[in-house]
Amino acid sequence: MGAQLANAENLRAQPPPAFAASGAMADLVACPTCDALFRMPNAASGQRVRCTRCHTVLAAPRDGAMTLIVMLAATSLILMLAAVLFPFLELTAAGLTRKSSVLDVILVFVDGPFVGLAVLVAALIILLPVARFVTLIYVLAPMAFGWAPARHATAMFRLAERIKPWAMAEIFIMGVAVALVKVAGLAHLSLGPAFWAFVALVLITATKDNFMCRLTIWKTLEQRAQ
Amino acid sequence: MPVDDMEDAGTARAVGAPMMTARSAGLLACPNCGRVHDAKTRSCARCGMQLPSGSDANLQRVWAWLAAGLIVYVPANLYPMLLTTTLGRATETTILQGVADLAHHGSYGVAFVVFLASIVIPVTKFIAISYLALSVQRSTILRAPQRHRLHRFVEFIGRWSMIDVFVVAILASLVQLDFAATINPGIAAISFALSVVFTMLSAQSFNPKSIWLDQDGVKP
Repeated sequence: MGAQLANAENLRAQPPPAFAASGAMADLVACPTCDALFRMPNAASGQRVRCTRCHTVLAAPRDGAMTLIVMLAATSLILMLAAVLFPFLELTAAGLTRKSSVLDVILVFVDGPFVGLAVLVAALIILLPVARFVTLIYVLAPMAFGWAPARHATAMFRLAERIKPWAMAEIFIMGVAVALVKVAGLAHLSLGPAFWAFVALVLITATKDNFMCRLTIWKTLEQRAQ
Repeated sequence: MPVDDMEDAGTARAVGAPMMTARSAGLLACPNCGRVHDAKTRSCARCGMQLPSGSDANLQRVWAWLAAGLIVYVPANLYPMLLTTTLGRATETTILQGVADLAHHGSYGVAFVVFLASIVIPVTKFIAISYLALSVQRSTILRAPQRHRLHRFVEFIGRWSMIDVFVVAILASLVQLDFAATINPGIAAISFALSVVFTMLSAQSFNPKSIWLDQDGVKP
């Protein structure tokens, strides 16, 4: 399989228009990170094709990956509902008990100069993760069923990719761990059900992202649209 | 096996030899999905992304976000992050004091995590992004593959600085026990959160392809 454009010199000798006219451009892929040009091999399920220069994954097709991603995203959505509504920490000090849910964490900032912070925290730990799950389901569910892409699927998948670094549920979990230690001297703390829902959510999201290959999904979307 | 083929092709070339890139072939590549277009195309046929025109290294945006991040990082360290009231006595703690408190109580591990997330990572990011941006136009000691790894690292690690903001939010929501103890967020929580957001935007604005321009024999 000709994974790599055989020889840089050969291709350079060709005038670029010849390339464009041959209609072969859809078979080429430029590494999104370093621009190196490759002719895409037909990778089998389970294989990973990487850029030879910067090792960015260019293709990682896997049978049933779309179905799996959709199911994991749906699971994450349900877990998020539990994580938001149930208390995730319970604090007892001097005979007083206080339960705190994720919503309380956000609402604490709502009055005063900290509204912006409330919006930011809400976005990072709830809204953006939820937006990512919903957009992924919207884009990939029709793919999983073998249908044509849904309307605006490309815009939605672009959105899902943009959101990715801003969904910070796993960092929030680390924050909970640090908060536990900080309060340890002051009061007695116990973990509520929402904490474990959040932990499960983080693990499932990590598994899901591991199955996702951006470039493979883009190619599939393009092929199904025709 | 395609993977093996690619490895072979990679090692067969002399180290540092120019690589065939979309740019050197006179083509324009989508930075999002890798689809290749002819140079006059404006938006990607596959994913609809607007294609960059010319040798747009985006450095202005990188520097602007980085400067903004640096500016708000100063008050983030000088002003209190937490306002604690215990039995009527109010104390204010900055980021560094918070780390010192944790270490004082013997929680060295957690003190280290907070120190890493709030001081080491942000400072490393400021230096690393400046270095990457400067190295686009200058020759540098680190070669392209190493600078590529540095960029990947900065993009990966940057989000983790947000830990301390979440800690403040959690503490403030939990510790509202009237007279016994109350914790409220300080103004530094806002500036620190903004600093993390701005530096993340700076790292995202950096075009990773500009790392390789030098090696490809194309000067920006």
